[in-house]
Amino acid sequence: MKIKLAQKILAKNDDYASANRKFFKRNNILCINMISSPGSGKTTILEQTAKALKKKIKIAVIEGDLYTERDAERIRKTGLQAIQIETKGACHLNADQITKAVHKLDTENLDVLVIENVGNLVCPSDFDLGEIARVVVLSTTEGDDKCVKYPGSFAKADVLLINKIDLAKHLDFSIAKAKRDARKLNKHLKIFEISAKTLAGLDKWFNWLIMFSGRRARRPK
Amino acid sequence: MHEAMVAESIIDSILSQVPNKHGRVIRVVISCGQINAINDEAMKFAFDIAAEETICKDAKLKIKHIPLKATCENCSKKFNYDLYDPCCPKCSKNDIKIGEDAPLLLEEIEFEEN
Repeated sequence: MKIKLAQKILAKNDDYASANRKFFKRNNILCINMISSPGSGKTTILEQTAKALKKKIKIAVIEGDLYTERDAERIRKTGLQAIQIETKGACHLNADQITKAVHKLDTENLDVLVIENVGNLVCPSDFDLGEIARVVVLSTTEGDDKCVKYPGSFAKADVLLINKIDLAKHLDFSIAKAKRDARKLNKHLKIFEISAKTLAGLDKWFNWLIMFSGRRARRPK
Repeated sequence: MHEAMVAESIIDSILSQVPNKHGRVIRVVISCGQINAINDEAMKFAFDIAAEETICKDAKLKIKHIPLKATCENCSKKFNYDLYDPCCPKCSKNDIKIGEDAPLLLEEIEFEEN
């Protein structure tokens, strides 16, 4: 007996994601799903973002790692709320994990929620978490060929942060090539060249965050 | 390996769909888009593990890959997008609009009743 189904395999995840997105929209929270390889500098970018913006907008972070609370501890030291999800071996976060983590956060007047996904350029791109925007980080130490090698992560992103540009001169990393390859996959991609260490270029990223954060929506008319 | 999670979701979906459990699933067909990044070997390996101790044990998994459609904004040519050569096959420009990637779908199962 053949049974035709045409059923979405990730339907359960998508249901949670769509409920999350409704919650974020209703509460004017800019939820960002941040994706990259391990070691690209996501947590450092968030630490710098926290230091620069915590007095201007209310930010919280959900951290995803296989093991340890280390990243959440780093973020808490900046004064932000941070929830750690330990996936115990899973290579990505699921939307239901976000639902549970959001319940543990104080979301009142929250402007921006950043989900720092598990360091992996393959699997996280397949799972909608209910985010409003997706940010992919590529650092110069990884090589400038990552966009063509891992197209899914770049094709589905809204913003590309090219990090560690201070090191580019010591490496065979062509920023122009990385940008060209990324734009071929996604011509609407907003690209910022930054160094979370020297702070170069971060002001543009901060402006983007403020511009799209919930704060604007809540600002009295 | 996201295929492991996908495999578990496939088995869960099947178990909730099969009218009665007196029989076994012998064939499962899924389809996926290019950006879903489903690797056939990894998917089949993960499926076999997830199917153990269920009515799907030893079922054959067929994976259909749906090409990503694209339109050239320069010459309006519609074509299957090639991730390795993201240019229009007609005018060679790369001012391209990529369509929606096909979702991961459980298309069909073949069930053999006892």
